Amino acid sequence: MDVVTLSRWQFGLTTVYHWLFVPLTLGLGWYVAYFQTRYYQTQDETWNKMAKFWGKLFLINFAIGVVTGIVQEFQFGMNWSEYSRYVGDIFGAPLAIEALVAFFMESTFLGIWIFGEGKVSAKVHLASIWLAAIGSNLSAVWILIANGFMQAPPAASYVFNEANGRLELVNFFALITNEKAWIFVWHTLSDGLAMAAFMILAVSAYHLTRKQNIDFFKRSFKIGAITGLIASSLVFLGGHTMGQYMGEIQPMKLAATEAIWETEQPAAFSLLTIGDLSGRKEIWSIRIPYVMSFLACNNFTCAVQGVDELQAQAVAKYGPGNYIPLMVVTYWTFRIMMAFGLIMIGASAWFLYATRLKDYENAKWMKLVPFGALILPYAANASGWILTEMGRQPWIVYGLLKVQDAVSPNLTVVDLWISLIGYTAVYSSLAVAMIYLMKKYAIAGPDAAMHESVDVAPALIGSQD
Amino acid sequence: MSYEFLQILWFVLIAVLWIGFFFLEGFDFGVGMLLPFLGKKDVERRAIINAIGSTWDGNEVWLLTAGGATFAAFPHWYATMFSGFYLALFLLLVGLIIRGISFEYRSKDAAPAWRNRFDWMIAIGSFLSSVLLGTAFANLARGVPIDENMMFTGNLFTLLNPYGLLGGLTTVAIFLLHGANFLGLKLEGELRERVNVFAKKIWVATTVLYVTLGIFTYIAGFWARGFVDPGIAPITALVVLFLAGYFINQKMEGWAFIMVGLNIVFTQITFFSMTFPNVMLSTTNPNWSLTIYNASSSQYTLGVMSVIALIFVPIVLAYQGWTYYMFRKRISTDKKTLVY
Repeated sequence: MDVVTLSRWQFGLTTVYHWLFVPLTLGLGWYVAYFQTRYYQTQDETWNKMAKFWGKLFLINFAIGVVTGIVQEFQFGMNWSEYSRYVGDIFGAPLAIEALVAFFMESTFLGIWIFGEGKVSAKVHLASIWLAAIGSNLSAVWILIANGFMQAPPAASYVFNEANGRLELVNFFALITNEKAWIFVWHTLSDGLAMAAFMILAVSAYHLTRKQNIDFFKRSFKIGAITGLIASSLVFLGGHTMGQYMGEIQPMKLAATEAIWETEQPAAFSLLTIGDLSGRKEIWSIRIPYVMSFLACNNFTCAVQGVDELQAQAVAKYGPGNYIPLMVVTYWTFRIMMAFGLIMIGASAWFLYATRLKDYENAKWMKLVPFGALILPYAANASGWILTEMGRQPWIVYGLLKVQDAVSPNLTVVDLWISLIGYTAVYSSLAVAMIYLMKKYAIAGPDAAMHESVDVAPALIGSQD
Repeated sequence: MSYEFLQILWFVLIAVLWIGFFFLEGFDFGVGMLLPFLGKKDVERRAIINAIGSTWDGNEVWLLTAGGATFAAFPHWYATMFSGFYLALFLLLVGLIIRGISFEYRSKDAAPAWRNRFDWMIAIGSFLSSVLLGTAFANLARGVPIDENMMFTGNLFTLLNPYGLLGGLTTVAIFLLHGANFLGLKLEGELRERVNVFAKKIWVATTVLYVTLGIFTYIAGFWARGFVDPGIAPITALVVLFLAGYFINQKMEGWAFIMVGLNIVFTQITFFSMTFPNVMLSTTNPNWSLTIYNASSSQYTLGVMSVIALIFVPIVLAYQGWTYYMFRKRISTDKKTLVY
């Protein structure tokens, strides 16, 4: 493999990994803040325990997002130096603001929340968890504004400077009001809430089926079901809106998610397709007429352009080259994301309905369904990002810079193998430790979470105290 | 505001961010390296971690902000340095990752083997980060091979020259001393005594390394290759280091901490004024160096970023300062008061 391919693998792996943890951080922070607020208002001990217990899981997960986030900021320069030179004038600004405005807020106030109980007033302690939650969500906003520029650079925000051969910012306001970026924000922040809801549902169901802390977990389960339904519906609406924009700004990505080779009007939505090895010929498929037109433009009869036509257009506009993303990836990630997203809406609606039934905690499905459903947000999330990033290929900044021209020219294949293997080893160990602790604290339940360490027995390093 | 004024302003701002980072995270790294050696019992180790527990993450953000600000204000500097120092930065990231995760995870299981492993990861991660940062900065002072296209033409071993390694070692020593002084302020009882004894010893090593580095810098002619003569900054740095030695002997921990902190500040001031207006000196051909003029963002971007910095930097400084005030009390090894 060459440096470009290895760099892409590394960026993809480290980013998908980072993003396995961050949405839970984004979402769960709000829940913990809400629970603690309820405790502050009512002095009801169950709310306090809820803040503590879910807060503990929040912290275990949070740590991984933080440490893998540093890699994210550094690797633009490390692996994509030509990208950094070409768009740094524009892209650097939201990144710097993210650190200055969001990271400081998130880390400082989380520190106060962890260590400040009893040292600061209850009000300040409560404010600190809200500020930490706001800070982490703000950081998502800024990085999505940066990503929005890569996906759909707003024409008013930049110019190409002939003298130094790079893009330069001319309108900061246009950069931060990029509609595409704000739909991403909507889609992503609601997705964080949905992921947290499904985590709460899964852990609550585990305890409910074992008849532990019934009041605590019934309350949690219900909140998880309500917010899960609202959040996954919001995710879906955001995704649908994004689909409409896609037809406008990245028609190739839209066509590639559907494997539409020739322009169709009205366009059918293919539910499943088995194609031949070239991907060009259908062997078998299930198609629903009109639906693709609706997804693309909210109208059952509009035309959806096919890949062949778009490729020809791109060659005419940008010169010879392959402008078609890897279709097997875009096609399937889209289906996984959408199917799982829809199942999340259905599942949370069902869970919510179930909370109205008597003794739902004893139902057989409670043993498996909520826990199994946990895979949905994780898989949908990863698929969504793989789709949105790989669907943009060969571009790193859509229509402006190609991935192959963005990589650091001084890196060697050996450099890349060292870092790729290194990250894989470190990240795998992190995952092992994280899953071990998550499981341990989730199973130990709320009473144990009132202590810092679940193991009440003294730790023995060097002495028997 | 003129373009040149903005370029100078952002050079100064980035210098300030690095100074803040070395001052604050410097003692965190020192504390991290000392952890398994100084803490004999589990409660002691926890007390040592708690001395920086609430603030280390916020301190690390200074590094992220320095990185982000460099990207925004001097994209070529960011691109050349980060791609050029690729493997060194990769190792720095590994160091920061294993250190950061360990602070959070070490107490979440009581098995001594678990805790011990994470404690050592804190120490190793802190050491790796310190030695690599020191080596990187020494190489920036020395100059690195850069071609006419702003491309770094060396590799990891280019950075491992004697001057770079001396810079790395000196940084480790200063951070150890800084961390020991900080712990002297934050701990009590036997642990405090132990750390004060250590501070005396490491002060001697630090001073020897520091003076050697200074002489090397002067003789090799890395002194002042830009517009600005560092002037009295390096002398001040040396004077405060000697004063720190005096205060350590007098058991005046607060003053000792301030003096070593000032040593870090003046060392960084010396570094940045030595190179200004260059940001990365080319040893291949001085004309190919990256400067604040050829590496910077456009005037518009620098202007926007200045406004944002003007608004948010004071706010950040205010609440970060407030947390230090909040957690100003000494930490005892009494299990009842120790936050795990």
